Amino acid sequence: MKFAVIVFPGSNCDADMFHAIKDSLGEEVEYVFHTETSLDDYDAVLLPGGFSHGDYLRSGAIARFAPIMPAVIAAARDGKPVLGVCNGFQVLLEAGLLPGAMKRNIDLKFVCRTVELVVESNQTMFSSGYAQGEVIQIPVAHGEGNYECDDETLKELTAKQQIVFRYNEHVNGSKNQIAGIVNAQGNVLGMMPHPERAVDALLGNEQGLAVFTSILRNWRESHVTTS
Amino acid sequence: MSLLLEPSPEQIKQEKRYQEMGLTDEEFALAEELLGRPLNFTETGLFSVMWSEHCSYKNSKVLLKKFPVDGEKVLQGPGEGAGIIDIQDGQAVVFKIESHNHPSAIEPYQGAATGVGGILRDVFSMGARPVALLNSLRFGELESPKVKYLFEEVVAGIAGYGNCIGVPTVGGEIQFDPCYEANPLVNAMCVGLIDHKDIQKGQAKGVGNTVMYVGAATGRDGIHGATFASEELSESSDEKRPAVQVGDPFMEKLLLEACLEVVKSDALIGIQDMGAAGLTSSSAEMASKAGSGIEMNLDFVPQREAGMTPYEMMLSESQERMLLVVEKGREEDIKAIFERWDLHAVEVGVVTNDSRLRLMHKGELVADVPVDALAEDAPVYHKPSKQPAYYDAFQAEAAYIPEIADAKETLLSLLAQPTIASKEWVYEQYDHMVQTNTVVAPGSDAAVIRIRGTRKALAMTTDCNSRYLYLDPEVGGKIAIAEASRNLICSGAVPLGVTDCLNYGNPEKPEIFWQLEKSTDGLSEACRVLNTPVIGGNVSLYNERSGGAVYPTPVIGMVGLIEDTDHITTQAVKHAGDLVYLIGDTKAEFSGSEIQKMLVGPISGKAPEINLEVEKKRQQQLLQAIQHGMVSSAHDVAEGGVAVALAEKMMDGPLGLDIKLALPVENSFSESQSRFVVTVQPENQFSFEQIVEDAKLIGKVTEEASLKMEFMESETLHATQAELTKAWKGAIPCLLKSRA
Repeated sequence: MKFAVIVFPGSNCDADMFHAIKDSLGEEVEYVFHTETSLDDYDAVLLPGGFSHGDYLRSGAIARFAPIMPAVIAAARDGKPVLGVCNGFQVLLEAGLLPGAMKRNIDLKFVCRTVELVVESNQTMFSSGYAQGEVIQIPVAHGEGNYECDDETLKELTAKQQIVFRYNEHVNGSKNQIAGIVNAQGNVLGMMPHPERAVDALLGNEQGLAVFTSILRNWRESHVTTS
Repeated sequence: MSLLLEPSPEQIKQEKRYQEMGLTDEEFALAEELLGRPLNFTETGLFSVMWSEHCSYKNSKVLLKKFPVDGEKVLQGPGEGAGIIDIQDGQAVVFKIESHNHPSAIEPYQGAATGVGGILRDVFSMGARPVALLNSLRFGELESPKVKYLFEEVVAGIAGYGNCIGVPTVGGEIQFDPCYEANPLVNAMCVGLIDHKDIQKGQAKGVGNTVMYVGAATGRDGIHGATFASEELSESSDEKRPAVQVGDPFMEKLLLEACLEVVKSDALIGIQDMGAAGLTSSSAEMASKAGSGIEMNLDFVPQREAGMTPYEMMLSESQERMLLVVEKGREEDIKAIFERWDLHAVEVGVVTNDSRLRLMHKGELVADVPVDALAEDAPVYHKPSKQPAYYDAFQAEAAYIPEIADAKETLLSLLAQPTIASKEWVYEQYDHMVQTNTVVAPGSDAAVIRIRGTRKALAMTTDCNSRYLYLDPEVGGKIAIAEASRNLICSGAVPLGVTDCLNYGNPEKPEIFWQLEKSTDGLSEACRVLNTPVIGGNVSLYNERSGGAVYPTPVIGMVGLIEDTDHITTQAVKHAGDLVYLIGDTKAEFSGSEIQKMLVGPISGKAPEINLEVEKKRQQQLLQAIQHGMVSSAHDVAEGGVAVALAEKMMDGPLGLDIKLALPVENSFSESQSRFVVTVQPENQFSFEQIVEDAKLIGKVTEEASLKMEFMESETLHATQAELTKAWKGAIPCLLKSRA
């Protein structure tokens, strides 16, 4: 399986994502610069954390106009797995691939620590490696992770089991403690916590690895059945 | 146009206009003599910033010479952007610490943010990728609204810059003391990694080569920042806010990535950050180091505003700028790399052979000065030194012994002292995990970063207990080095070298110069004995406001090499049943201690003793035991003494400690030096005791999450982990919430 890590000029978790795939998952991975226009060569697309274009405006508000974005949108439409973490999640929201928006953390401070998440749905290609309701420890590092959407959207997200991860503690004021959601088709996941920071025993936490092994296993299965 | 408004050479001399820029009569006369003719306004500006203490070290040079700077592993000592030490396999570690005290005192967010930006550029201009940031901060008591504001904004500024650029902020320390009330200290340290083959120098070599400017446009911010940093703060300092720069971490991120690509190009000859004194220092220093000259046409300098004068351009300290020297004819190669990152490198000048800095502006020659006169010929002062009266009084004073009514309450109160309390509130605002190499996060003795693709790791720390330095600058200086080294040893590292940031008051006062003189003696001797050469640093003098100087505060940044990630050790206890050892002697030493400050207020007396040979032996033996895998956890004994050190060892886990100390109860709060508390698995007892001579068995790790201590005369202390944690973790958030 071949992954693309999108690199915006201010991405800073791109290398972390790259190493998670290459060293911990053991699959092929390449950086794709924001000025590129095609993702045809890749089976999955990863949007990493960081400050895509400085994010002095709303996070991700400029990145959504990057030359690579039509290709990201096409990959999502074609059913390829698209994972946005932290700033990547913010970009997916700005691009309209996921519903809702991000506000600044409720206490207006950046927060970096390992938090407890509840796996709300293991019925997605990103979370099937977890048990339903499992409590996992994953790091967060963000200043704008306070997820917001209207009541209608929240009802829909809940009804269609699109809420994949929920904080198990107070983190940022996020609506309904939402930490990660998928689109209705189930192939685009945005999450504020950083699974790529929890894939290495030396750093003391491997509980994020299942996000990537889930993508791989589901891709392999669908690949076998379709070919 | 605006040139017309500038004073003429005659006016500058007769009206002594140079004094406004910080030059003395003697210095101006010397500059005139070196130039051989009267100075115009721009030239006076060039001399004034290059001869400021910040750029020339004119007051501290005689003392800095004492530092040992050589070592077989030292690849680059003081003099470049940052020092470099070999870590084998063709790799090296690059590190440097720098102050941003004055800007942070008047504009704390931007002052701290640009401090981080500046130190990052010092490291990546050497060709190294920054892998970690640390910060050493000093504030007044966390009680007044002003101090809380400074503290919160400094932390936010560091976070704002470091988090955006994606370099983890992994460590540092913070002390609170009334002497920093109006003059906080903000020292930022950066550690980078480099392959030997990529090491760059800031040199303008090769006559005819092209001088290029890249990064942010030059604005009117930060003009005379270096001069401002070289005088005392006063009531009018707030008017100098225009001397504070504004940071743009996104621009720096672009510059970082582009520069790390550029250093791989053989078209690059030299590169230097435009830091303090901006375009002036970078051009003059690059030419002076190479024995060449530089001619620049200032019309080509990217400018943020119309109508900027040569004086303003040369003295601006706008952030995120670099000066490059590029092989003639290869300019397009360099431009192409920067274009990829949306940056525009522009040709602004050429390397010459006449050792002069020559500046053109709108067709006129506006400055023509020998580069060495600016970069090398600043006067060197050996200011008068005088032992202060307070020191004599402290030496004659009877030793202070605290009276402990309730050991548990004393311990809980000590844990809640802001200097000792958990700094979680601070480091949770810093992204300390980005780059996914952080093995030991903030909160242990030293931070540890693994080197990807190897078994090696780097340990790093900043340290300085300035109270001991105030009581006795020589002894305190030794302790500062020893403590930094202890922290690295506890994490399993071999200390490699030191970067120092010397924060002092006004050196023109003999008592302050005495502090500088004595403390550099102590620092130098400790560096020599502990084999940690000083590879670079920074001097920040004039840390005074309204007549009061800060304590002498030479912040020590130290980096060590962990040869195998298996050696990585942290301070937290690991298994129930492990044996607890105290290494070193505990004496009744309370002067300058946290408990003296807490119970008495003003500190006084003699600093705790230190014997560097004993220190060295204990450190070497403990490191040997750690490298042999005999030690489960290790922690140095510092502020608050052994009771606090033991409590800190059990803050995060489910375990407790059962301890018997054959000491009077008060001695558990003594701050005697050269001590460690470690835990050892029972099967390693014999071999551990063979190696570490001065280790005494004092108890064991228990499954019950509480701290039980017994002392002489059947005194006891019993506190649950919940009580300890509440005091320790709750203190800083609680102080910040209680709005005065």
